[in-house]
Amino acid sequence: MQREDDFPVRRRGIAHLTDGELHRLFWDLTDRVVEPLVELARTHTSPSIERSVLLRMGFSSLEAKAIVEGCAERHLLGKGAGHVVLRVAKVKGIDYREAGRELAAGQLWDVAEKAFIHMAGVRL
Amino acid sequence: MKTRTGTRADLEKGDVERVRTAKGGEGKSGDGYRLEPDRKLDVERVLQDLEHYRPRRWGWHWRERPGSGTAMAPQHLGPFTYFQTGTPLDQSIPLPAAKYFDGLDPQPQEVITTEIASGRFEDDLRRMRMAAWHGADHIMVIRTAGQSHFDGLIEGTPEGVGGVPITRKQVRASRKALDLIEDEVGRPINFHSYISGVAGPEIAVMFAEEGVNGAHQDPQYNVLYRNINMVRSFVDAAEAKKLMTWADMVQIDGAHNANATAREAWKVMPELMVQHAINCAYSEKVGMPAENIALSSVPPTAPPAPNLRMDLPYAVALRQLFGRFRIRAQQNTRYMESDMREATVTHVLNLLVTRLTSADIQSTITPDEGRNVPWHYNNVAAVDTAKQALVGMDGLKEMVKLDLDPDGVMGRTVRELKERAVLFMQEVLDVGGYFAAVEEGFFIDSGMYPERNGDGIVRMLRGGVGQGTVVPRDSDYFAPVCEHFGNSHIPEDLIAGGTEPGAANPNTGSTTSAAGYAAGGAATRTGMGTETGTGTAGKGRVCDLIGGCTLHNPERIAFIDELDEQDNVVNRLAETEERRRTGSASWDGGAGAGGGRLRPEVQWSGDGYVTVTMFIPTLPRVAQFAALEIAKKMGLEDAEVIHTGIMQMAEGSVVEVKGRVTFDVDPEKLVIPEPVATLSEDEIRDDISEHPMKVVAATVGQDEHSVGMREIIDIKHGGLEKFGVECLYLGTSVPVDKVIDAAVETDADAILISTIITHADIHRINMRRLANLCTEKGMRDRFILVAGGTQVTNEMAVECGLDAGFGRGTHGHDVASFLVGRRREKLEGDGTERADGYPGGIARKIAGRTGDVERA
Repeated sequence: MQREDDFPVRRRGIAHLTDGELHRLFWDLTDRVVEPLVELARTHTSPSIERSVLLRMGFSSLEAKAIVEGCAERHLLGKGAGHVVLRVAKVKGIDYREAGRELAAGQLWDVAEKAFIHMAGVRL
Repeated sequence: MKTRTGTRADLEKGDVERVRTAKGGEGKSGDGYRLEPDRKLDVERVLQDLEHYRPRRWGWHWRERPGSGTAMAPQHLGPFTYFQTGTPLDQSIPLPAAKYFDGLDPQPQEVITTEIASGRFEDDLRRMRMAAWHGADHIMVIRTAGQSHFDGLIEGTPEGVGGVPITRKQVRASRKALDLIEDEVGRPINFHSYISGVAGPEIAVMFAEEGVNGAHQDPQYNVLYRNINMVRSFVDAAEAKKLMTWADMVQIDGAHNANATAREAWKVMPELMVQHAINCAYSEKVGMPAENIALSSVPPTAPPAPNLRMDLPYAVALRQLFGRFRIRAQQNTRYMESDMREATVTHVLNLLVTRLTSADIQSTITPDEGRNVPWHYNNVAAVDTAKQALVGMDGLKEMVKLDLDPDGVMGRTVRELKERAVLFMQEVLDVGGYFAAVEEGFFIDSGMYPERNGDGIVRMLRGGVGQGTVVPRDSDYFAPVCEHFGNSHIPEDLIAGGTEPGAANPNTGSTTSAAGYAAGGAATRTGMGTETGTGTAGKGRVCDLIGGCTLHNPERIAFIDELDEQDNVVNRLAETEERRRTGSASWDGGAGAGGGRLRPEVQWSGDGYVTVTMFIPTLPRVAQFAALEIAKKMGLEDAEVIHTGIMQMAEGSVVEVKGRVTFDVDPEKLVIPEPVATLSEDEIRDDISEHPMKVVAATVGQDEHSVGMREIIDIKHGGLEKFGVECLYLGTSVPVDKVIDAAVETDADAILISTIITHADIHRINMRRLANLCTEKGMRDRFILVAGGTQVTNEMAVECGLDAGFGRGTHGHDVASFLVGRRREKLEGDGTERADGYPGGIARKIAGRTGDVERA
């Protein structure tokens, strides 16, 4: 977009504001710009977020990478990668760290898919 | 050495809590290893047992200030009162002029940053120590090129390009080394790097686990400068910021890059405020407290622009709009060239803006950044520039006030900038929000908003690295860890005794966790976010389900040592081992300077780089090639011109060349004279009182300089007279033979000549003349012969036949000590025949001394 500096025209709507009012307007507008972004974050996840969850569960970065790739391939990321690991562990009756290592090694993915199959939502 | 208590005790309550929360964080550097000022940092010791190292504190450290933290709490140091200084260090290296002020080293109240990253973190650790000794307490480690597009954590210690790969091992070793360094200098040091790129949340976890104290985090940086998908950047950023909040890290945004990128940097001022605001507001909504959110603010322009008239109103506008946040004052780099003098002056002008407004963190950019990856001593130079300028301008605002009258030049400009920013933000909303604005190229346009030049950076919602990787959280989404941002629901059946998979989750669509488990998890902090499960019954953390996440059970952290068998720190250290041992044993240059070999370096151990500055009297381009040829003939390899300054096209240019030397110097084979021990004032006085001493002094030849000699002699300068030495000063431009005549006539013990002029080697000629004339007259042994002057060295004087020479920085005390010591040597050095052949004063003194001995 190309535009001449029309500041004298544009400012007419705010020229009368006190400094305090101008500051409040600035932050109010900012709030409105930012709120939908925060909502997006609240309701979405990403491979990096899921890997960060697995790291906090005690998995190494290498294990986390493999598990998240497995989840993404099977559209399970929306369940939460940590959730997938816990559910596999529960179904198999094993420690979750063992379940995670198996998943990282490409095992037990059938168990994971089966555990979630009846409640898998539609991928948006 | 001063002692200071409270460094550890000053930890905020939250930090203490953290130390307790994270088991093992007891402040141990490992094995009782401590740094000694005259010993090199032992990198191998730092790397030892790294697997079990735990950080001893979390969170940022602001400098302690005397008083109750008011803006202008006075502090008395030496003969002065300061108003904007922090607590002094236990050990430090002061500014060069401090020698005239009894070593005074006031520390500005602002945290001072230095940016370090040579590609080899093991060498950076040594540089961190150098910078800390000069007053840096914010060590910012730059990442290797390309890490922001690396989808995951890098492990091990590979070598980097233009920065270091940020890995857990590198971070842990650096934090451990900084623990040692902060104990040595007596002030906590903040460790900082970047939480950006496509692996932000993972890096944030790792930083939180490892006790990193600050980080850059700004999703707009990813979008605009790293072309990372917008959705991915913002979604990831929320998780990262939540983790940073737990770790009490200070966040610095990325807005300064707009200034460094824009075609006409001063025109992005309204946009800079918009960028700052978006990151500030986003961070606060995630739960980060305003006092941990810092704006990376840059004075937008530099001379030859009339920069203060632009930079100052901008700085004021920023501080008015962002009053509750922190200011990190960055240095202008947009116009930085290879001239280090120019860069330093711009830095000082930026520091003036800091002093006329305010800053919490004062950044420094090394003056050589326009030439190469920063070198060791240029980090120190930049830190010293900040310290010198800030201390020099201490309390300036007590005397100088900014004119903020709304109708004045400043007031009108400040208001206009703020209005332009408001209008910018309004238009972002009008076009449909942030993503739409970026798609329309709102940012980094070179027009001063609302002017638009159509040259902004355009990024598309469905474009960029990581596009299509973000997925909606399902209604049964769950993350069983703490400090997780956003919707998450604990499935009832995963809680002990719960139901089977697939049971309806009553919390669908809400952000509340089940069964009173708090997803926020940090029992030590409250009100940090919207996701904590307050309001439900029960207590506990969500991570109790898994036996504790790594934030609360750090023993679970998975430490990977190395993944690459070749490219790692162990191999690199093995190559440089011999060099790193060098120079460790004794820092006063005396015996035992170390067993290894010496080679100069600028960034890596033994890299061999030196610079040569030369004036070449010809056209600039010819001068550059001539300089390279000269460097080659001097034996420098890989020579490169790093700076050319034109003095006058035809008359010549100054050219700076860098190049490598490929030889080592063996310190064992160096002939290093023993440093002369100075006798105490009392000892000198007693000696002179018992055996009076008389000296004849003059500035010799055609030389009218008298100041130096007077300083050495005059009682008011603490000179020889102060010790009771009788001094006959003959004045300036005295012929050498006249000085000798006067010494004979007055029966002096010593002759002191001053020779400042060095043209045609006249100083050496004068010194030789004195020695030769005395010898010819058969009086060489009668007098102690001493020369002084700015270009005189002891070795030079001795080579010319004198007893001693004294150069720049000499005090009367040094000369008095020498004269007394030399007289004793003469007395004791000739055994049984001591009286023979010592006519005049010496013989008389010897007789006296002999008598003393007999009487005793």
